[in-house]
Amino acid sequence: MSNKLSAWEKVEIARSPKRKTALDYIEKIFDEFIELHGDRNFKDDKAIVCGLGTIGKKNYTIIAEQKGRTTKENIERNFGMPNPESYRKGIRFMKQSEKFKRPIITFIDTKGAYPGIGAEERGQGEAIASSMLEMAKVKVPVIAIVIGEGSSGGALALGLGNKVLMLENAIYSILSPEGYASILWKDASRAKEAAEKMKLTAQDLYDLKIIDKIIKEPKEVTDEEFEKITSKIKREIKTIISEMQNMTPEEIVEDRYQKFRNMGEYIVIK
Amino acid sequence: MIVDKMKKRAPTAKKKENKVDIQIGKWVKCDKCQEIIYKETVRKNYNICPNCGAYFRMHIGKRLETIIDEGTYKRFDLNIDTTNPLHLEEYTKKIKALRDKTDLEEAVSAGIGKINGQKVVICVMDSGFLMGSMGVVVGEKITYSIEKAIELKLPIIIFTVSGGARMQEGIVSLMQMAKTTAAISKLNEAGLLYISVLTDPTYGGVTASFASIADIILAEPGAMIGFAGKRVIEQTIGEKLPEGFQTAEFLLEHGFIDKIVERRELKETLSKLIRMSK
Repeated sequence: MSNKLSAWEKVEIARSPKRKTALDYIEKIFDEFIELHGDRNFKDDKAIVCGLGTIGKKNYTIIAEQKGRTTKENIERNFGMPNPESYRKGIRFMKQSEKFKRPIITFIDTKGAYPGIGAEERGQGEAIASSMLEMAKVKVPVIAIVIGEGSSGGALALGLGNKVLMLENAIYSILSPEGYASILWKDASRAKEAAEKMKLTAQDLYDLKIIDKIIKEPKEVTDEEFEKITSKIKREIKTIISEMQNMTPEEIVEDRYQKFRNMGEYIVIK
Repeated sequence: MIVDKMKKRAPTAKKKENKVDIQIGKWVKCDKCQEIIYKETVRKNYNICPNCGAYFRMHIGKRLETIIDEGTYKRFDLNIDTTNPLHLEEYTKKIKALRDKTDLEEAVSAGIGKINGQKVVICVMDSGFLMGSMGVVVGEKITYSIEKAIELKLPIIIFTVSGGARMQEGIVSLMQMAKTTAAISKLNEAGLLYISVLTDPTYGGVTASFASIADIILAEPGAMIGFAGKRVIEQTIGEKLPEGFQTAEFLLEHGFIDKIVERRELKETLSKLIRMSK
């Protein structure tokens, strides 16, 4: 099933409106799923979907960035670009998962957190930081799965997993290639070139030890292929959770801490 | 390569850290009132325009001089450099040129000092080094400082000024947001005080990580603080932004910072907050 595509081709696949979205994965991976709404403070922002799911007898908390599958749904979901309330809804479910000892599964697929006036007024930066802070300290296993576009802090806000999985043709980056080219070279039209430089493919990120596992997928995902991909993810989730079952809550937190603590190599001078 | 860097750096490490805060020449023009002012006058006035009260940016040396008791600052012995993870040729050159030009090692300095006799870990970012952006070196120094604070049971103060995560190091820079935030989570577990002081400008990945999750968040008057940059927001929504958007005053009004503190009052305010959190 493996493929040799350029980074830019992967960007295009990851962004394609035909690409499967979080709810498509959730429906296949979990035996049951019930969506629950709202941040209990301001509103129910639909760019992030939260809920409870089961695989066999095991219960899970699900927090997922959700793009629309139709134009109408995309408008409702703000094209998968979360406002602060989305992250705060996620935080509410992270806290709850600790109470009921449910492992957390996050799905990452966003162009980024929404850059709007209201988002700034309601503390977009604080919401993202608090989401990461909550993920860092939550005493249950966390698995993050990058399924499409993992762009910027808006993606990382759900990214602090004990294990991070990534679909082969998904991307994960500091910013969109257009934004990157525009900041570094003052020329957004050099996005293709930026994509090749940015190390945003699953293989690049695996080599940088930023993700733990690549989920293989073909260039074109048919329904049959999607079945295979989602059952692979389901197996991965079961394996990871069973491997972690003897860890104490403190060990789970420490495992996650060490993973992110060691990110980014540097040279020692002297 | 490494030896070369050491040679370059050896003399600067010994030099006193109070650098020129405003570039070249003896005179400086205030951006706000357009007045031409003698630099020394500005420097003696906390880098504040004596004519209109506008704040000039402060570099590390000057900041430490105004906050930390004289002769008590000891920089952490952590001399590290980027691996240039994206292999951008121009990046290595840029870093080297900046080091030569500014005498700064990187966009943050971290160490231990005293504020009115109270020992603290302090990190000060600097806009003069790639706009205070956070790559691995900055992320590591901040994280190391937080861990030192935990080890030594000290409060930690971080002065931020940053354009956000450093583009030149790509995804690895992004991960520094997770790393620093996770370290703050540990600091919280240890029950230690963390105060962040947001200065102009603080944006992007720094706002969306350690800067926004302090126990107490202070800001300098008029500082521009936000997640998304103004231009990006304007392009997205297709309209001009309102007056005063993303200023410290705007953040205070919306409940995201504790207090705006004048530069000359900062040391006393920090001192009081540390004492009252013991």
